[in-house]
Amino acid sequence: MTDAREAALLATELCGIKMQTPILTGSGTFGFGEEFADLTDLSRIGGVVVKGTTLKPRRGNDGVRIAETPAGMLNCIGLENPGIEVFLQKTLPRIRPYGMNIIVNVSGGSVEEYGLLAQKLDIPEIAAIEVNISCPNVKEGGIVFGTDPDAAAAVTKEVKAHTKKPVIVKLSPNVTDIVAMAKAVEAAGADMISLINTLLGMQIDTKTWKPVLGNITGGLSGPCVKPVAVRMVWQVAQAVQVPIIGMGGIMTAEDAVEFFLAGASAIAVGTANFTDPTSTARIASELAAYLEQHHLENIRDLVGRLELPAKEE
Amino acid sequence: MILPEKVTEAASVIAQQEVAPDVFRMELSSPAITELAKPGQFVQVRILNGDHILRRPLGIAECDRTRGTFSLFYRIVGSGTRDLSLLVHGENVNVLGPLGHGFDVSFQHPLLVGGGMGLSPLLSYAQAKRGACDILMGGKNAGELFWQSFYAPYVEKTILTTDDGSLGSHGFTTTVFPDIVKQETYDGVLVCGPEIMMRGIARLAKAAGLPCQVSLEKRMACGLGACLSCSIDTVNGARKKVCKDGPVFWAEEVFA
Ligand SMILES: Cc1cc2nc3c(=O)[nH]c(=O)nc-3n(C[C@H](O)[C@H](O)[C@H](O)COP(=O)(O)OP(=O)(O)OC[C@H]3O[C@@H](n4cnc5c(N)ncnc54)[C@H](O)[C@@H]3O)c2cc1C
Ligand SMILES: Cc1cc2nc3c(=O)[nH]c(=O)nc-3n(C[C@H](O)[C@H](O)[C@H](O)COP(=O)(O)O)c2cc1C
Repeated sequence: MTDAREAALLATELCGIKMQTPILTGSGTFGFGEEFADLTDLSRIGGVVVKGTTLKPRRGNDGVRIAETPAGMLNCIGLENPGIEVFLQKTLPRIRPYGMNIIVNVSGGSVEEYGLLAQKLDIPEIAAIEVNISCPNVKEGGIVFGTDPDAAAAVTKEVKAHTKKPVIVKLSPNVTDIVAMAKAVEAAGADMISLINTLLGMQIDTKTWKPVLGNITGGLSGPCVKPVAVRMVWQVAQAVQVPIIGMGGIMTAEDAVEFFLAGASAIAVGTANFTDPTSTARIASELAAYLEQHHLENIRDLVGRLELPAKEE
Repeated sequence: MILPEKVTEAASVIAQQEVAPDVFRMELSSPAITELAKPGQFVQVRILNGDHILRRPLGIAECDRTRGTFSLFYRIVGSGTRDLSLLVHGENVNVLGPLGHGFDVSFQHPLLVGGGMGLSPLLSYAQAKRGACDILMGGKNAGELFWQSFYAPYVEKTILTTDDGSLGSHGFTTTVFPDIVKQETYDGVLVCGPEIMMRGIARLAKAAGLPCQVSLEKRMACGLGACLSCSIDTVNGARKKVCKDGPVFWAEEVFA
């Protein structure tokens, strides 16, 4: 396939953000993009979603931060990051030349903090803001906002009030009713919804009888969470109008296709970047080939095309 | 064109041998990484049996640039290293590397100090500096010092210690270190092994006025400095990543 053909098949637009491909990177799994520059073509990602950023620097959790699980992994990084000021002054100028859409994932300890972060990011270099109300690994990581529809709506409103950028709200799967969460943030003005963040999990060392992770619990990601993620994307897609960015265990284009069929307009690749750092470019090529095989002209033609068995009257 | 610093490469197993109980030497055909590798760097090995989401970090031991191969030494400690040990000649892994910052190569006559699997990355230094290094190696017993034959072609002098006295001096590397550095003029000390050994040697090297580098281990996912799994505290308070800023650090940077 020629590059031009591939580009035509994959190009998309979300809330006015032009994207080369509908493939973003999962926050916290792709650094600032630059770390992968030797290994994958950064111009073929729809955008880099940078690591969760907070107002003040955070050192993250102590002890063991990751563990492997069957078909996945647990992490409890604990939002280690240099803080918004260092990001704006040092990191941003360094990564701008790569020409990626830069989406900043933010976490706050209070509704006001989310607003302040949004205000600071209301600058031309930033394509969008992803509001993380779903980090399971720190008290102030937003999970309190991510499990209560009213609190989630309050954060969304505050962020919207402080920026003209498209606002993506990232939902936690650690809730009973994902649709209620999605509807609440949509009503509060979210321009897009991304899901899922990690599922709260735990691993125990049977030799020492101690938890493996320093933080005791951590977030589960990778192929093992994919069925949960696909189900949630599908349920949310029925209930909201705003575009959805789907993620959770995407390793191949076929995995991505499930999310598009379920109703996602774009997807993000997370844990797969660790297994194969060339995942984003590989999935882009595979996805273009899939679209061509199915005689589709563009990725948008696949969104929400799930065929349900006919119901008997 | 500027060569990339690191690549992913399909690498086939050229040789695999159990060199001591549960310790394997594996040779991989991996021309691009062999060409780029510097002493003390490591690779992230992806085991392709479908059971491992995470790669396994392993130090590069020896490079053969003419054949485009490098070797790894690893001990079976869990499912990943067990699965690696089951691979036979001709089977493939995927290798990401070379990664991280290796040892300072400007030393003229350094003393290498190692224990356990820490002797693997040090071997790459001995090989690169053929004839320039002495090696002080410590183990629980004679069996753990199978490394001698691998170091023999590359080092001038080999000094051995065992915890049980079954070979070389009775005691630890730290027991004999002060005397050894008095007998000979070294310009640096490079140490890799259990943390307690590295701390002990680093303290003694400082007392002897010798610059010292240590090589650290921490669980890591990406190996590229992106996921922040392997963050550590440094003496001046700055956070560093073992995968990207290390695994080799100046001792005074990480050990107070
Ligand atoms: C830079 C670096 C170089 C290394 N070089 C060597 C070497 O040359 N030879 C050697 O035998 N070992 C080396 N290790 C340790 C080696 O990575 C682990 O023994 C190995 O990952 C264990 O995997 P497993 O699946 O068998 O064990 P499990 O305990 O089942 O692994 C579970 C998870 O923990 C991680 N893990 C477990 N132990 C360690 C450890 N000590 N360090 C880092 N991650 C760990 C694994 O990678 C995996 O993600 C090195 C580690 C690092 C960080
Ligand atoms: C190591 C690691 C760090 C993460 N850090 C963040 C983060 O800072 N902010 C966030 O919103 N999500 C974070 N996530 C969640 C991912 O962005 C993604 O939502 C989740 O892992 C599911 O996708 P995956 O299965 O493809 O990884 C992190 C995930 C991992 C594995």
